This record gives sequence, structure tokens and C-alpha cells, in this order.
Amino acid sequence: MALLEINDLHAGVEDKQILNGFNLTINAGEVHAIMGPNGSGKSTLSYVLAGRDGYETQNGAVQFDGQALLDMTPEDRAIAGLFLAFQYPLEIPGVTNMTFLRTSLNAVRRGRGEAEMDAAGFLRMVREKARAMGMDDDMLKRPLNVGFSGGEKKRNEVLQMAVLEPRLAILDETDSGLDIDALQTVADGVNALRGEDRGMLVITHYQRLLDFIKPDFVHVMVQGRIVRSGGPELALELEGSGYGAYLDAGADLQGDAHATSEGVPHA
Amino acid sequence: MSEAKAGIDRDTVEQVANFGGENYKYGFTTEIDADKAPNGLNTDIIRFISAKKEEPQWLLDWRLDAFERWKTMQEPDWAHVDYPKIDYQDLCYYAAPKSMEDGPKSLDEVDPELLRTYEKLGIPLQEQEVLAGVRKVAVDAVFDSVSVGTTFRDELAKVGVIFCSFSEAVKEHPELVRKYLGSVVPQSDNYFAALNSAVFSDGSFVYIPPGVRCPMELSTYFRINEANTGQFERTLVIADRDSYVSYLEGCTAPMRDENQLHAAVVELVALEDAEIKYSTVQNWYPGDADGIGGIYNFVTKRGDCREARARISWTQVETGSAVTWKYPSCILRGDDTVGEFYSIAISNNLQQVDSGTKMLHLGRNTSSKIISKGISAGRSSNAYRGQVNVHPKAANARNFTQCDSLLIGDKCAAHTVPYIEARNISAVLEHEATTSKISDDQMFYCRQRGLDPEEAVALIVNGFCRDVLQNLPMEFAVEAQKLVGISLEGSVG
Repeated sequence: MALLEINDLHAGVEDKQILNGFNLTINAGEVHAIMGPNGSGKSTLSYVLAGRDGYETQNGAVQFDGQALLDMTPEDRAIAGLFLAFQYPLEIPGVTNMTFLRTSLNAVRRGRGEAEMDAAGFLRMVREKARAMGMDDDMLKRPLNVGFSGGEKKRNEVLQMAVLEPRLAILDETDSGLDIDALQTVADGVNALRGEDRGMLVITHYQRLLDFIKPDFVHVMVQGRIVRSGGPELALELEGSGYGAYLDAGADLQGDAHATSEGVPHA
Repeated sequence: MSEAKAGIDRDTVEQVANFGGENYKYGFTTEIDADKAPNGLNTDIIRFISAKKEEPQWLLDWRLDAFERWKTMQEPDWAHVDYPKIDYQDLCYYAAPKSMEDGPKSLDEVDPELLRTYEKLGIPLQEQEVLAGVRKVAVDAVFDSVSVGTTFRDELAKVGVIFCSFSEAVKEHPELVRKYLGSVVPQSDNYFAALNSAVFSDGSFVYIPPGVRCPMELSTYFRINEANTGQFERTLVIADRDSYVSYLEGCTAPMRDENQLHAAVVELVALEDAEIKYSTVQNWYPGDADGIGGIYNFVTKRGDCREARARISWTQVETGSAVTWKYPSCILRGDDTVGEFYSIAISNNLQQVDSGTKMLHLGRNTSSKIISKGISAGRSSNAYRGQVNVHPKAANARNFTQCDSLLIGDKCAAHTVPYIEARNISAVLEHEATTSKISDDQMFYCRQRGLDPEEAVALIVNGFCRDVLQNLPMEFAVEAQKLVGISLEGSVG
């Protein structure tokens, strides 16, 4: 059974349909990359999968580990093992990074019917994982993401992922705003979590990230659907040729009657 | 001033709307025979209360004097609260469980029904139960108009600490009561203080002798039980030279459809080098989702740093009551004195809060700090009202004020009304204020990490209140943190 199976998904926000018959299957152990121009619906896909409020599905189905994903609350999806590394991680003043991590892990464990982790064991585990991400204790004691640099925020997302050990990790533009060193650290963290039980969906605009996180499959997304799939070599090809050819192809696929200037058709 | 606008998670708003008083877990009533005074307010009632308590003539005269002054005063209308006119002649000013009539000598003799009430409220009145805890906490339990009992009195007496009900203090330590009563909050200070001075029933009395650090937390637990009865307690805490005490009060009441009046007066006196930490967890019945019932909490609390280097710190967690009118204040009379005010005020449904503090700088080199966190949800209104006043002779006064408001939903309101008056050029006064909302994005982020919406709001709100929660005694910080979550329970979907 596939870990994630998306069939003919049509979804959007308010009256705008953004995903137009999106199909994708991810098996455990696979790393998939989705590349595409701005406005192609990459972030929408991650929000629909994570269950963000305000996103509506018109048609299609998503199976996650055999469950109907779209019927679940965001927290139940997290408990089932779906993790989204945010493009713009949120700040929560007054809540330390450590408190947030523990609250999160315990919520997920409770949801799975597992015992909460004791404080000492938790501390040991988090410190070890933080060290691997090049984060010191001070960062664990600071309020969540408050005053963190862009790189620190992204590292922190990967730390949360390492603590929660999800079945499927979606990385939404994790490379944005990172310099090359930070990118290396974040990628090392992600690579360390690759495993045969875990699937990953890496969403990115640039090929650069895929130099560090080698995908098994690369998909080109244009106007809410995948227009081409291939191996890692596809990313390199895009680096050279850009998305221009696909934008035209996407328009053809779509029919141009309802296309707006952003390339987002109306529902 | 700011009003909440749109933009919050839709479920959050709906749930806030649906939330009613049914989540109030202290709303039960104790069935117990009560000895009640007839309704109405007149000199006969005052004489009745004074006689019940076998008070000396001077105290009766003091009460009658207060009553005369009260009759000439007007109910204040400047607060940002709105409630129907109170008929002071239609209230009961004294109610006591019949079983307390004979004056039980110890807790063992107290009506088990009363003890069970406190057990249900989670307040241990058996000393051995408390011993199992990490640290000891002495409790004075006030039920309607009388004190049911005070724990650990003997142990405290060994170091000279007096901790008893106010009525007992009048009998056993009249010289202390007479010297300090009304010395911080005079009878005619304000309308509700004058009313309290006339009809106050019971409360706690604390005296810490010179050089003594009180060996345990002291606390008073106030419970209103009888219907249509007001509670008018009077608390007096005196910290003599170079002493220290940490004191906590908690309050709950049954769910009733009518409003009940609570008009208390708390006076703190800190002498040279003494320190008083006074914490309140106020959880009176807030009324239901439609604003029916609930306590009117009109309270005067003031501390006097009477001599040099005295320190008084107020910490309050205000989650209950239909209407709150309360400004715990500090008079910084001695040189180098310090006053602090840390507040969390949560309003939900139709609750109205007008609360804050006054810092009156009179001595030289005095400093004060105000940290106020207001959280509004539902259709509630939450106002911070504060005054920082620097006297001409108060050289080198320092104040730092930070007042933050957090809004949940788009039908609640937050108001900030700071008054600052500096009449000495050397004063350094800072005021910071922010207004924020729990954003959809924050909620989604937390939920994506496995937290349900209520956990998410509790976490975010507790983070918002962190600076204040840290100032509560450790034993109560955890409870207060939970209470913050419970008060907003259902405020999210």
C-alpha cells in the first residue's frame, strides 16, 4: 500500500480553484521533489494536505496510510504522522522552544495512545537531536522562533521533524532564505531522517536544494497539476531551460478560457 | 483603545460563542442550614453583625461611622463596566452556617459537610493531607461571612506569626487591629470600601513579627455559598521590620442566576525592610454565556510600604466574576521602597473587567513595576486602568509599565487607560503597550504539530502571560496555568 495517494485532486481557497486534477503517489522510503514556477499551487498542495482552514476540496481523494486524509482534522493528520515544515514558521512569544516541542510530542503520543515521555528522557533526546542540528541549549530555551534568524527557523523546523519522527514529511520551500552553509546544515538534518519507513515531499522553486537532498523522483507542477515526472536529471534540465515550456503546455492542458493573469484559473 | 477585528479561526469564534458557564467546575451549592441576617442595610444590621462577632464598642463605632459616610457617597461610574443598579436594601449582609454558631474549637469539630465542600474545591483543611505535599501551605477558609478554620496556627505561632480569622484577631489582638485597621484604606476611601467598613464580616489577619521569614505560604480561600448574599471580607496583613510573607487568596462561588456582590478590602502594611508578596487567583462564578448571574467583584486592595526599603508585590490572576472593579495599589511612602503589580485578567462571554493598579511614589528613590496582561474572548470587555503618580518630593522615582492585550475573536474589546502624573523632574517613567490577536496561522501551526485547538490556545495564552505566571508561588503557578486554559475552554474549536 502506498504511503500517500492523491487522486484527481481539485481544491482551492474561497472561490479560486488552484489544484486541477493533481495526482501523486508516494511510497514509504521515497523522496519526491515538486518543482514549479510561482503560483503553480505548490504551497496550496501542502496546505490542503495538512488541512489548513479555508482550503476547500471540490473533487478527488487523498489516502494517507490507508486513511481518508481529507476527512481528518489538522491535529489528527499530525498524529497519523504527517508533518509539514513551514515556509514561514510561526512565532509564539513566551512559549519556549523546549515547551513547544514537549507539548507537541506529548500531544502526538497521546493521540496515538502512547504514554507521554518523561521529562528527563525527553530532555536527553531533544538535546541530542538539537546538537546534531548544530543548535545549542540556548536556542531550546528561547521563545519559539522569536528573534530566530531565517536559518535558525528552518533548522528548528527540521528539529521538530526529528523529534516527531513523522511517516511523511512535507518540506515547503525549506531552502528559501538560506545561505549555502545553512542549506547544508538543514539538508544534513533532512538526509539523516531519510529511511525506508518514511516518505518525503520536497517542494522547491529552485534546483539548488536538490543538490543537497537527492530526490528519487522529480515532478514539474504547473497550474495546479503535474505536467511532467522523471528522475533527478529532470531537475538539472529545468535548471537549464526554466519553466517557460511548461507554462505554455500547462495553459494548453488547462484550456485558456478561464486563466487569470497569475495563471490561476477560476473554479 | 482597540477593538478586535476579523481574522480569527472561524471555529474559535463559534466555540467562544457556544461557551457557557457550564464549564465552571466550582459551581455546586452546599446544602447547609444558614443563620442569615434579614435583608437590608441599616444601623440595626450593623449592630447585629457586630454583636454576632462580639466586637468591642470602638469597632462598632468605627462601622457606624463608615455607614454614615457611605450614605453621603455616590457609586462610582467612571469604570468601563455596565451593570444594572444594585439595590443595597435588597441584599443579605450576613450569612453563616448554623453549625458555626457554637464556635467549634478545632477543625475536627467543624461540620463535615463544610469540610467536604473544601475537599471538593481541592482545598486541604486537614494538616496531614497538606504534609504530603512538597511545601506546607497554611489555609484560612472563609465560608460566606465566617471563617471555618485556619490550619497550621500552632506551628506558625512558634515563630511568632499570627494567622487567624479577622474576627479572632479582633478578640485576641485588638491592639494590632486597632492600630492598623483603616490605616491604608480609610473608611471613606471609596464607595465600596465604605460599604465594606460598615458591614465587613470575616477575612484573614496576618502579623509577621520583626526579623521573621514566614516559614510557609499563607492562604485564604473565600467561598460564597448562600443565595442573594454579599461577601464583605476584610483582610489585614502586617509585615513588621525585616520580615517576609507570601500570601495567596483564592475565590469561588456556586452558579446562580442572580448576581451577587463581593466588596472586599485588603490592607497590607510593610514596615522597614519588610516584604509582602500577595497573590490572588480569582475564580468567582462568571455568569453564563448570556451574562446571567455571576459575581460583582468590587474590591479595594492597597499596600503601604510605610518605611524605608519595604517591598510589596501584587500578583493577580483574574478569571472569574461577571464584573470586576479592582485596582491593587502601592503607596511607596518610605525611601527606597518598591511596588510591583503583575496581572493576568481573562474575560470571556459577557464578562467585564476594569482592573489595574495605582503606584503612588511619595518617598525618595522609589521604584515600581507594572506588568499587565489582558485576554479578551467572546463578547467581553477588558480594560486596564492604571495610575502612576510621582509626588514633588519623590526624587528619583522609577516606573516601568508594560500592558499587553490579547484578543480572541472579533466581538470582544480591550481598552488601556493609563494615567501618568509626574511632579518631580527626576522621575523616569516608561510605558509600553501592545495589542495582538491569536492568528489563524499560529493556530494552524500548533495544530499541525498535533495540538488540539484548546491546547493550542492554552499554550499561546500561557506564553502571553508568562512574565506574570513566573511571579506566582510555585505551588500555584501550575494551578494558575491550568485555570488559564479552563477559563478559555471552549473558546476555540
